[in-house]
Amino acid sequence: MEHKEPILDIKNLSVSFRMYEKGLEQKDLKVISNLNIHVDEGEILAIVGSSGSGKSLLASTVLGILPKNASVTGDMRYYGQPMTIELQQRLRGREIALVPQSVEYLDPLMKTGKQVVGVRGTKEKQRLAFKRYGLQREVEELYPFQLSGGMARRVLVSTAVIGDAKLIVADEPTPGMSKAMAEEAMSNFRTLADEGKGIILITHDIDLAFEYADRIAIFYAGTTVETALAEDFGRGPEALRHPYSKALWEALPQNGFKPIPGTQPYAGSIPGGCLFAPRCLYKTEECLGEIPMRTLRGGEVCCIHAD
Amino acid sequence: MRNVNRRTKTLLLIGMICVILLGIAASGLVMNPESYAPDYAAKKLPPSAAHWFGTDYLGRDMFCRTIKGLSTSILLGTLAAGVSAVIALVFGILSATVGGVIDKMISYLVDLFMGIPHLVLLMLISFALGKGLKGVIIGIALTHWPNLTRVIRAEVLQIKNMQYVKAAERFGRTKVQIACEHIIPHVIPQFIVGLILLFPHAILHEAGVTFLGFGLGVDTPAIGIILSEALKHISTGMWWLVFFPGMLLVMVVMLFDKLGDDIKLLIDPMSAQE
Amino acid sequence: MLIEAKDICFSYRKNRSILEHVDFTMDAGERVALVGPSGCGKSTLAQILAGYLKPESGTILFEGKPLPRKGYCPVQLIYQHPEKAVNPRWKLSRTLTEGWEPQEELLKWMGIEKEWLSRYPAELSGGELQRFCIARAMSPKTRCVIADEMTAMLDVITQAQIWDVMLKMAERRKLGLLVVTHRMELAERICTRVVRFEELVEENPANVL
Repeated sequence: MEHKEPILDIKNLSVSFRMYEKGLEQKDLKVISNLNIHVDEGEILAIVGSSGSGKSLLASTVLGILPKNASVTGDMRYYGQPMTIELQQRLRGREIALVPQSVEYLDPLMKTGKQVVGVRGTKEKQRLAFKRYGLQREVEELYPFQLSGGMARRVLVSTAVIGDAKLIVADEPTPGMSKAMAEEAMSNFRTLADEGKGIILITHDIDLAFEYADRIAIFYAGTTVETALAEDFGRGPEALRHPYSKALWEALPQNGFKPIPGTQPYAGSIPGGCLFAPRCLYKTEECLGEIPMRTLRGGEVCCIHAD
Repeated sequence: MRNVNRRTKTLLLIGMICVILLGIAASGLVMNPESYAPDYAAKKLPPSAAHWFGTDYLGRDMFCRTIKGLSTSILLGTLAAGVSAVIALVFGILSATVGGVIDKMISYLVDLFMGIPHLVLLMLISFALGKGLKGVIIGIALTHWPNLTRVIRAEVLQIKNMQYVKAAERFGRTKVQIACEHIIPHVIPQFIVGLILLFPHAILHEAGVTFLGFGLGVDTPAIGIILSEALKHISTGMWWLVFFPGMLLVMVVMLFDKLGDDIKLLIDPMSAQE
Repeated sequence: MLIEAKDICFSYRKNRSILEHVDFTMDAGERVALVGPSGCGKSTLAQILAGYLKPESGTILFEGKPLPRKGYCPVQLIYQHPEKAVNPRWKLSRTLTEGWEPQEELLKWMGIEKEWLSRYPAELSGGELQRFCIARAMSPKTRCVIADEMTAMLDVITQAQIWDVMLKMAERRKLGLLVVTHRMELAERICTRVVRFEELVEENPANVL
């Protein structure tokens, strides 16, 4: 098989915000630092991590919809092309689509059919998308508040697939869903990926991620500590690479429900070196230095002690 | 000004506006009545270095009269808008927290007052109270509260349903304690912005009702009086009698408006970090 | 019987009832999980049991007496979104002491750092705020805690931390604990009895057609 460029390749991405500290003093708040991910065609990359680890912010960064006081550094490429603001504007809603968190992102005063057609779709494409997700014709004529939770999710997914997007970013698509509904939503994403689209799935539900994704990027305090193959999660902590990933696995209710002490460092008070070091059992002097991302057992890890 | 951030700029602007408005109000208060007394030797003079805004048919200096008039307007506006805003705060909170009959009554009053044109109601109240300063102040105070009442009512209703307010109830806090600790501090910013944005209305209505002859007495130097007198003389070519007082009135009103908007910009979390 | 709810009916809008003739009972010292899909009404039931909502009909008895409408409520609710359960304008020291004055020893035992007390909610993470919400509700007068998806918005490590604290606390104070969740794994891990919300509805003879 020929080697293809990844759809999206992000290297050393940092995002910071200018915030008012006290009164009139401003300071830069670094929220994402040295983040590395890439998404290939036909795969689901799940991004898991705690709230405040910068997951949703990554989605805004990829789409280029950050608020005005944000600044971005690092290398972001779309099929090898550097991602500029103009390119983001051109791709947004066409080749890169967002599946938002909830129906609150829909216009409450517009019929769903019309919204799904949007600016670039056509009636036929919309009908096709609705049919594909088992939505009745009548749903077109409903307003967002008339949709049930499951219908709303399928409508949101339809908006993303109608434009023939190459990359779909799904931001927490499952919270509040029953297990069956979440599984249905995930299998929809799986089908899309199998058609050759790239999917970034942002979630904090590890169980679901490892069931449906190909690779899982684990976020901690605004950086990627590990990119693991999904199977690694099924095999347990020995297959995982980073101490944080192992702790994550062991904290699941079905695996031991064992907490480790401490909290994720806040944006703005990010320590130098390894961000997990303050909570890590294997911490040594070297952990305070620069830690590069390296390849290990088919995944990537940001830890000098991992083996 | 590249290195100055937006919050600093906005604060500077707010400071400047306050200085101008307070300056006008204060200089009117300390002004010697002699400076706008009739001087029959200097009748109907166009603007000059001695009389910046010219003089009228009695030889009164129009600059001093205008400043004095605006000062009266600002002070009167402060009082009337203040009373109006307090009425709005009390009604808004009562309406949202007590609910039931009180809420229905207040909502009915709001609709009633909003259904009648401001100026007509203002004229009626002012006339019934015998015109003059008292009539205008009470008239304005009684007609300007409905809008803000609605805003505050909505705000209180929203916060009343917040989880932390409901939790406070379960911790055994009384209704009065919850109102003082949670609800009032939350609506204060809205209240201040609403109060400042009431000023321009109050001032314009004061000028309007006085202009129509239902407000302040003819002998007081008020913008409404100045403008209505000037109207009689405009056909004789004395343009300065209308132009300068009118322009200054518009300026003061716009400054108040800008002040309210800027404060809103700082308080509103949507724009506070810009 | 710690809590005895009988024949509870509730609807947010007319003719669209969300709870119909629901019965629920719970013993002192029991840890009960209430499991069900989202939107089924389990949060509504939790809010009714904690006195946040008034049922349209039915009775709730706490230790044989109706819940007090005024004063400190012996049944306390811990909510899904800790950031919404604290006043954003208050420092946490003030929030913490709204219902009672927790001792320093207790705070330390619950993993609340002293320096957090002088911060505002926006400066703390969800897990840290949730500790405050638990500590705030732990007055000696509290007899029962209802945790409504208490850790649903938190990452797994913080979830494990919070439950560790909560279970220790329930043990120490001999509290009744009602855990409302959609996650079966969690329910099975921490509770002595698991109730499926559907069963509650079906069990009632009034609902059998």
